[in-house]
Amino acid sequence: MRHILKNRILKGVVARHIEPDLSIEMESIGSELRSLIRKKFGRSLHIREVDTGSCGACESEIISANNPIYDLQRFGVNFAASPRHADAIMVTGPVSKNMLIALKSTYEAMPDPKFVITCGDCALKGGLFKDSYYTEGAVKDILPVALHIPGCPPSPTTIIKTLLAFLRQDV
Amino acid sequence: MDCPEIISGIKKNLPGFAAISCSQNYPDEIYIKVEPSAFNDTCLALHEMLPSPVMMLFAVDERAKSKQFEIKAVFANFKKSQWIILGMDVPSDDPCFESMAKKIHSASLFEREIYEMFGITPKNSPDLRRLNLHDEVWPKGSYPLRKDFKKAKSPTASGEYKFVRVEGDGVFEIPVGPVHAGIIGPGHFRFSVAGEPIINLESRLGFTHRGVEKLFEGKHYNDAIRIAECISGDASFGHSLAFTHAVEKIFGISVSLQDVYSRAIFLELERMYNHVNDMGGMAVDVGFSFPAAYASIIKEAILQLNEMLTGNRYLKGVNRVGGILAVFDETKKGILLSSLDKIKNDFGELVKILNSSVSFMDRVDTAGVLRKKTAEDLGVVGLVGRASGIPMDLRKHFPGVYKDAKFKMAIGQSGDCLARLKIRIDEFEESYRLIELFAKKICLQREDRHMPQPKAGTALGYAESWRGPVLYWLKTDQAGLIERCKIVDPSFHNWQALSYAALGNIIPDFPLCNKSFDLSYSGNDL
Repeated sequence: MRHILKNRILKGVVARHIEPDLSIEMESIGSELRSLIRKKFGRSLHIREVDTGSCGACESEIISANNPIYDLQRFGVNFAASPRHADAIMVTGPVSKNMLIALKSTYEAMPDPKFVITCGDCALKGGLFKDSYYTEGAVKDILPVALHIPGCPPSPTTIIKTLLAFLRQDV
Repeated sequence: MDCPEIISGIKKNLPGFAAISCSQNYPDEIYIKVEPSAFNDTCLALHEMLPSPVMMLFAVDERAKSKQFEIKAVFANFKKSQWIILGMDVPSDDPCFESMAKKIHSASLFEREIYEMFGITPKNSPDLRRLNLHDEVWPKGSYPLRKDFKKAKSPTASGEYKFVRVEGDGVFEIPVGPVHAGIIGPGHFRFSVAGEPIINLESRLGFTHRGVEKLFEGKHYNDAIRIAECISGDASFGHSLAFTHAVEKIFGISVSLQDVYSRAIFLELERMYNHVNDMGGMAVDVGFSFPAAYASIIKEAILQLNEMLTGNRYLKGVNRVGGILAVFDETKKGILLSSLDKIKNDFGELVKILNSSVSFMDRVDTAGVLRKKTAEDLGVVGLVGRASGIPMDLRKHFPGVYKDAKFKMAIGQSGDCLARLKIRIDEFEESYRLIELFAKKICLQREDRHMPQPKAGTALGYAESWRGPVLYWLKTDQAGLIERCKIVDPSFHNWQALSYAALGNIIPDFPLCNKSFDLSYSGNDL
């Protein structure tokens, strides 16, 4: 207990100031649907993460985005443990054939309204693995994707800034 | 040890042994070719004599040249810092071989992999279920790693996977996955429980299979490094190091000492951020959030240090054949040492917080015990093996620059979560010491680097990444294009051990056991 108190006081607040950057160019959907998503989820968004064959670096960065330094939760974005509690799924990886059924059922298990975010280069077009015999390719051919977060892997700052720029109308 | 020595060694254990050929292409690699009828006995002799688990067992499609498949088994001679590769030919008209899984358990998964990828049948095998090509989505009789494989447009299902069933009064099954509650890779776990304790656990993996080994084929070595880095994202440097090592051996490139030191520093940095991440993960899994948050701050500091030194948080795009792109000048050395100093202080506090919490220690102590005998039988490697008392670390057995640094291997005995936690703490501190030492030894001399001259050949590349040994067996053609690349991530050996470590524990302790192993899904599934 003594150590916890000491380090709590010594460390103080480590969270970094992050400005949503509106100049980010996003690969996203039409403005009509976007404003609908903003209206519905702008202040509180619960995301279920689905790995469809990523190398684990995207997962690591998504976890980092939730650490005390980047602290994604302060912007109202949470990661849910079940698709039943989620408003969106964040898909990583080039969609291995083995994950196709699981990906679709996760999407189906979510209540409406819902949308899909892809995270990392693999999820966009298959990345390095697009020519493989065992990948299904782009997530957008399987599910309706509303937003893509680019990078291999995208840094926590990119993840947060892209999400915020997408969700906030006027910052 | 040279060829005659090793052959006479085998003869002592196996009277009447005769090899077709024996050659030593590199100082650390001996290749012995035997008749198919003698293959299993020789494997068993090497397995007991060295002693070594089956480190690799794989097939190569040589039908274009010799109308035959070739099967190779790789054993490690730790005492002599050598790899012993045993080969045999398998005729292509009736591709089969006698299974050795009943005698050497560590060969079992490899045999299943050869069967599903090449259609070479291990006769009398106890288990022939497919690992990565799931029956629900892939037809029978389609073998992707054969050279004449053609991608089918819409493959069909061929059946269903059969789990091992435990039956009896009060036994019930809990299926978990492939999509888990946390932000983590996909895998399916089937628990059979009676009351609270787990009486059987079967893990079904392969959900992240992306056909990596096939993708390597026909690629230029410079393009292939990028794929190697994406096999397991948290061990990207370990993988790129093992891959470049194999290429450098084939091309006969000697890497400058300065680059060897730089590579060792990055390998240790990768180890540090992953070890501290796992310690935080173990704290999360027992619901102890303060040290978990504290550990994530330390991890973030190391990732940011990586970015400052190389421009990439996960050390991707840093390594290349013949050297390394990042240069340690005086400023970078200063950044490295001063950041590490702070990181070490924070780490000391983290260890104090964990050690002084009785409830945390109570949870990790005696949870998830992997006994030494089980670990040896399964061929467990790396960190998990060391926690169970198997003294195996490539940094010790194939030392290189670690020799002068007087590398001290961390080892445990009890094989429980606490032992694995302690190994991580020891290795983190050792890594810190090594980095400091290596950084002092780097002196900048611009050396002329020659463009690598591609050559045809085969070689085994290896590196002790943070989970354990990463092995790459590589075959190139004249132009330097890759003909076959076999990758073994330590997770492949260790996943099955988790099923044994979890036995007898209650289900709420499974996440803790799992995190204390922290194995890669994508590294296993390839």
